[in-house]
Amino acid sequence: MSYTLQFGQVWPYLPTLAAGALLSLQIAFLAFCGGLLIGTAGAAALSFGGTWIRPVVRVYVVFFTNTPQLVQIYFLYFALPDAGILLSSFNAVLLGMTLNAGAYLTEIQRAGFESVHLAEVEAAEVLGFSRWQQILYVILPHVARVLFPPLSNQYILMTLGTSMAAIFGVEELTGRAFNVNAQTFRSIEVFSLTAALYVIVTFAATALLAVTGRLAFRAKMRIV
Amino acid sequence: MWQRLASELPDFFGYYNVIFLAKAALATIALSFIGSLTGAVIGFGAAVVRLTQARALATLRWATVLFTELFRRIPFLVTLMLVFFVFQLSGFDLPLFVIALIAVFLIATAYLAEIIRAGLESVHRNQWDAAAAMNFSLPETIRYIVLPQAWRVILPPAFGFFILFIKDTALASQIGVIELTYAGKVLNNKGFSAALVFGALLVIYFLISYPLALLGVRLEAWLAASRTR
Amino acid sequence: MQHLELADVSAAYGAHRVLNGVSLALDHGEIMGLIGPSGSGKSTILRVLVGLLKPTAGQVRIDGEPIDYGSAADVAKARERCAIVFQQYNLFHNMTALENVTIAPIKIKKRPRADATAEGSRLLAKVGLGDKLSWYPDELSGGQQQRVAIARALALKPEILLLDEVTAALDPELVSEVLDSIRVLAREGMTMLVVSHEMGFIREVASRVAFIADGRIVEMGMPTHIFDAPREQRTAEFVSKILRH
Repeated sequence: MSYTLQFGQVWPYLPTLAAGALLSLQIAFLAFCGGLLIGTAGAAALSFGGTWIRPVVRVYVVFFTNTPQLVQIYFLYFALPDAGILLSSFNAVLLGMTLNAGAYLTEIQRAGFESVHLAEVEAAEVLGFSRWQQILYVILPHVARVLFPPLSNQYILMTLGTSMAAIFGVEELTGRAFNVNAQTFRSIEVFSLTAALYVIVTFAATALLAVTGRLAFRAKMRIV
Repeated sequence: MWQRLASELPDFFGYYNVIFLAKAALATIALSFIGSLTGAVIGFGAAVVRLTQARALATLRWATVLFTELFRRIPFLVTLMLVFFVFQLSGFDLPLFVIALIAVFLIATAYLAEIIRAGLESVHRNQWDAAAAMNFSLPETIRYIVLPQAWRVILPPAFGFFILFIKDTALASQIGVIELTYAGKVLNNKGFSAALVFGALLVIYFLISYPLALLGVRLEAWLAASRTR
Repeated sequence: MQHLELADVSAAYGAHRVLNGVSLALDHGEIMGLIGPSGSGKSTILRVLVGLLKPTAGQVRIDGEPIDYGSAADVAKARERCAIVFQQYNLFHNMTALENVTIAPIKIKKRPRADATAEGSRLLAKVGLGDKLSWYPDELSGGQQQRVAIARALALKPEILLLDEVTAALDPELVSEVLDSIRVLAREGMTMLVVSHEMGFIREVASRVAFIADGRIVEMGMPTHIFDAPREQRTAEFVSKILRH
């Protein structure tokens, strides 16, 4: 069976697909923010928490980082209704991604907290900084600079991870690709274009984050 | 709900189901393992190509850079769809497992090429210089001096990639490969409650991934300790 | 005919010019010392000779034959005739002392293993490490590692030996053992280009000394001339700063 590439039939759908890419970025952003909050709380609990909270956080982190995000979302979407909790596909995806991100971000932020050298804090203390001033002027800037690259990287990975939302009917980039494929049957062209959009979007996001990181935090990041 | 789960358990763990799930789990591990292994071989070649300086190889170098940069920025699901349709629409009749394997292979090659390249470049410039000054060619330098020192730096992240990808293989269920997630959906369709099925899947994935992750940590510690040799 | 000639050689790292028209010539068996401040280009001259940096201008001639550093075959030829010993020894960490010395003769020059091993053992004994053949670099002191590096360079049977600040990275008490090895080579008539801070040593073995600054030779002459009665102001300043210690 021969197949000739006909991109002409797929070009008109570019705006739809691009809009889907934007949605992918947004979903990833929402999940990232939620995950960041969980991660901060989790990292704080691991570093400063009592004997009861630490194992709980560890179990959460270990469980969510050793199971597939797809199956986590499947569980939320198909299993929770049995317990009376009905989530829309969008919410199930968002919740699943948030919980998943929270686990990875707990790990990343814990490493960041632990990177603060006692010497820096003591130097600030000796110079007369109060506890709050130490946190604001010494600890936070250092942690922000150390964390910016891995956090940025996690966001980019999550943007790629939104692709599985298509399986649940969410109309982000991959979801729309499935739709366009169903309408035009030009599968190779559609998914090539989709792939290209993911590459462009992640490159742009990486570049933007790298520039922001260098300017705001003096954090050095590679683009390629 | 819990009563229903409890009543389903004995049927769920019936003989045929267990065999079915075990085979699916094997397929899951095989997808990641074979894909990662073949990806490591070709990825090694790609890493070496990127280290060459000959003008004649410039096109190959650019192609390699393009390949590694692209396939690390495309979601696995999209790569899977592309491979699937390329083979389906060009008439090749490959088994679904092989199609998924090819998709894993492409992504593994891209990621492992970067891991290996970073490992090779982690060997101090001095070693490369000394070898060059003694007329070692690039392949000879890598074979006798760089790789024997670099493999300790390469192995932990490479192993980590293999473990990571076990989770991503779940997406292969979308094209009908009978791996763990697909097996779960089959059982769910048969009538077992979703909570039981997907809960069990999560546990099985965990039981595969976590011990391997712990092994990886052990491996990294052991390699770092013996780094001086 | 001169053994080694550099005619107006220039080189750069990207946009940064490190050599600006360096010319020097060495007779067979002659030892020339290169002195100068850091970043002056002394080490760069050696790196150019051994093909680690391509010259942007000028010509290098060995026994009258020009070397085209744009051609891989010519660079390989240059590397067969010149061997370099680095400041950081650059021994291969994954090999024993003997393996370090024999690997290039066996794998690159394709000599029989037995011959290379015998020769390697002899060379290591010559530099005083005959009992440490199966020791790894991280088991050896800096001075011992540097002597292995010298043996490794000699195993290639070079015509010209290039020594790049070979004692600079060593603890003071380890310097003399390395210099002793070099004295032996000097007595045997090896043509050498020695970049060094060890003024006393240079004065002892070198027949001529070149003072290099900003990528060019400021002054060249016999050791007594350069050290005791330099003509150029810069040379005098540099020599006085060094000898003050």
